[in-house]
Amino acid sequence: MADFDAIVVGAGLAGSVAALELARAEKSVLVIERGNFAGAKNMTGGRIYVHSLRKVFSDEELAEAPFERKITHERISLMAPDSNLTIDFTSDELGRDEHASYSVLHAPFDQWLAEKAEEAGAEFIYGIPVEGLMKDESGKVIGVSAGEDEITAEVVILADGANSLLAKEAVFYEKPPANQMAVGVKEVFELPAATITDRVLAASDDEGAAWLFAGDATHGVFGGGFMYTNRDSISLGVVAGIDAVANGDCVPVYQMLEDLKQHPSVAPLIKGAKVVEHSGHMVPEGGVNIMPPLVNDGVMLAGDCAMMCLNLGYMVRGMDYAVAAGQMAGKNAARAIDAQDTSINGLVHYVEDLENSFVMKDLHQYKNEPAFLESFDRMFNAYPALARDVMNSMFVVDGSPAAPIKKKVLPKVKQVGLLNIVKDARGAMKAL
Amino acid sequence: MSDMKITVNVDEYLAVNKYEVDEETAHIELVDEPSPAEFDKLIRVCPAGLYKRDEDGRESFDYAGCLECGTCRIICGDTILSKWAYPGPTMGVEYRYG
Repeated sequence: MADFDAIVVGAGLAGSVAALELARAEKSVLVIERGNFAGAKNMTGGRIYVHSLRKVFSDEELAEAPFERKITHERISLMAPDSNLTIDFTSDELGRDEHASYSVLHAPFDQWLAEKAEEAGAEFIYGIPVEGLMKDESGKVIGVSAGEDEITAEVVILADGANSLLAKEAVFYEKPPANQMAVGVKEVFELPAATITDRVLAASDDEGAAWLFAGDATHGVFGGGFMYTNRDSISLGVVAGIDAVANGDCVPVYQMLEDLKQHPSVAPLIKGAKVVEHSGHMVPEGGVNIMPPLVNDGVMLAGDCAMMCLNLGYMVRGMDYAVAAGQMAGKNAARAIDAQDTSINGLVHYVEDLENSFVMKDLHQYKNEPAFLESFDRMFNAYPALARDVMNSMFVVDGSPAAPIKKKVLPKVKQVGLLNIVKDARGAMKAL
Repeated sequence: MSDMKITVNVDEYLAVNKYEVDEETAHIELVDEPSPAEFDKLIRVCPAGLYKRDEDGRESFDYAGCLECGTCRIICGDTILSKWAYPGPTMGVEYRYG
């Protein structure tokens, strides 16, 4: 008899939701988290799209979730060292509660999620890094080990994040390649709620903005800058391709963030604010291209450790996938326990559920996007400069005789190459 | 390295973070005499700036400010890192915001 029906490694979004579903199915479940509380080792940009949480929680429960602000402004910028062109989008549709998105901070949010799982009957233990998996003579995973301790379970769910050290033992997945992974560095800036509201032109302290910067945010390296408004703080950071930075002629990622903070279009946002945290985390941008096997005998993978993440250039998603995958993992684990078959054959229904859901459909749909973005050098250099030049020629008035816009703009376009622009537009359409 | 300037002292930002540093055990270790080219990669990718080369070219690494992201493991886990583990029980960085 195993110690628990299920063990979940990691109390992030996938892990706590999986535990919650197992507890709701009246299974005994232990979540082992290496941080001293849920979220203590976790980091996000970040924002969560609420749709997958709505399949886990009632409206009343979600009303108490520690969301920071509803995102009602989407901003995208093309940033050159000496200019910045921003699109600011807002609409009634964007803010509709059914499919809204919210800025979040992991420390408060993950603790709330873990509490919900605990209320449903899941047990949590904190401050313990799981070091290895226990296997029987057939190779089936039958538990976990941490130091001297060994705990057994019918099924183990790995939800141990983008830098999983256990995926190798579980599904023989060594580690993702550096050209499919990004590194994120973020600082949190404390500011009064009303100041933030005013600075991003939000309607109230409950609403805010998500902002992505392409171009000079990473000094032309594959990646971008981001800003999310929290209630009493602003999250500002940079995400850059690990391989691109490692092998590029560029400053360190933390210096990219420092330079972004100084850029004239960003500095006023955080003026007078105090840095209260400096954090780092990896983003599995390769998505389905680098996905490990999702099940093996006695073990399942969900969330970032399974590379369930998507970078479309204008948005990054991972948390809504983690919630959905955690829910499917938990439900299918409970069913497999009931059917007394937690072998790969008993657990594979999890993969089928995922394939039939938006999670895998999205990841397949956009599987060419990472490669397209990585090779999209002009997005990070030429286009921000082109945008600056075109805008300058439209808006700078110096008293010299007016020339037709076409005459002003066309030479700038030709510098980049009309064919290149057509090619990039086609590439983007194909990848998206 | 690039001629673009490093103006920031990232240690000042790490100082606002909360850590429980394991003074006994280093959870990341480098090989003896690491390749300078590989070390340069770590200087660029580490979000905490833990891999340093001073003006005299001396390399140094301090695991104490580690953010536990794993980026160095992904890029140099097979080359100049001889060990990459998570810090021991209750140790390491503790995000209050995340």
